[in-house]
Amino acid sequence: MADAASGRGSRPQRPLSPHLQIYSPLINMVMSIFHRITGAALYFGTLLLAWWLIAAASGPQYFDYVSSWFATWPGQAVMLGYTWALLHHMLGGIRHFIWDLGKGYDLRTIDLLSWGSLIVSLVLTALIWFSVAFAGGGA
Amino acid sequence: MGMRTPLKNVRHLGSAKEGADHFWKQRVTAVANVFLGLFLVWLIASLVGADHARVKAALSNPLIALAMLALIVSGTIHMRLGMQTIIEDYVNGEAAKIVLFMLNTFFAAFIALASIFAILKLSFGA
Repeated sequence: MADAASGRGSRPQRPLSPHLQIYSPLINMVMSIFHRITGAALYFGTLLLAWWLIAAASGPQYFDYVSSWFATWPGQAVMLGYTWALLHHMLGGIRHFIWDLGKGYDLRTIDLLSWGSLIVSLVLTALIWFSVAFAGGGA
Repeated sequence: MGMRTPLKNVRHLGSAKEGADHFWKQRVTAVANVFLGLFLVWLIASLVGADHARVKAALSNPLIALAMLALIVSGTIHMRLGMQTIIEDYVNGEAAKIVLFMLNTFFAAFIALASIFAILKLSFGA
């Protein structure tokens, strides 16, 4: 509408800020995206935690029913994903604490922290699940 | 109409009109969540395959109940702030944004109330 009113012809080609698809993916950018996705997943995953707590407060019958859902393979897959999402988001948060303190802004450290949060989150998730599996379902 | 100078009115407040409040609450709850989140992982790992009696006994333990309540409060504040940022980033329409902010608050409040109620019920009997 401004174009028509100004009478200057075509709209000037203003530069657009480049967005995600322009850049080749760097690890810190990918981990930043993961941080947001895991955060959103954890947000909706709290429904499962609340459901489990309400089930425990409702009595043995309903608790067994809910437990049977968590014991199915899709239930286990969601729990595995939730474990990883929680750990990855936590490690990403710790990385952000370091950056909040004004430290770790050289490229080497940025790459190290970003790869570190991915690798450590995967290793910790595997460790937790193996230890639970070999402890035979908890202490 | 106060006696404040214009500078006093805007000092410490950015364009969001709340200064660093959002940023700071996000950080404070994040620090708490590091510890409380690890506690949650430990708790659930130790209760894998447990029957109702054992889960009830664990969740009604005062120390565990306190940590769970802290996690629920800190976690729901943190996730509400985080989702608010996501909405601010991706939703442009003013009306849709306000509706989603409300839904975000309702969801966080629902999770918090349901979880707190469950913990208290387990702790105080029934």
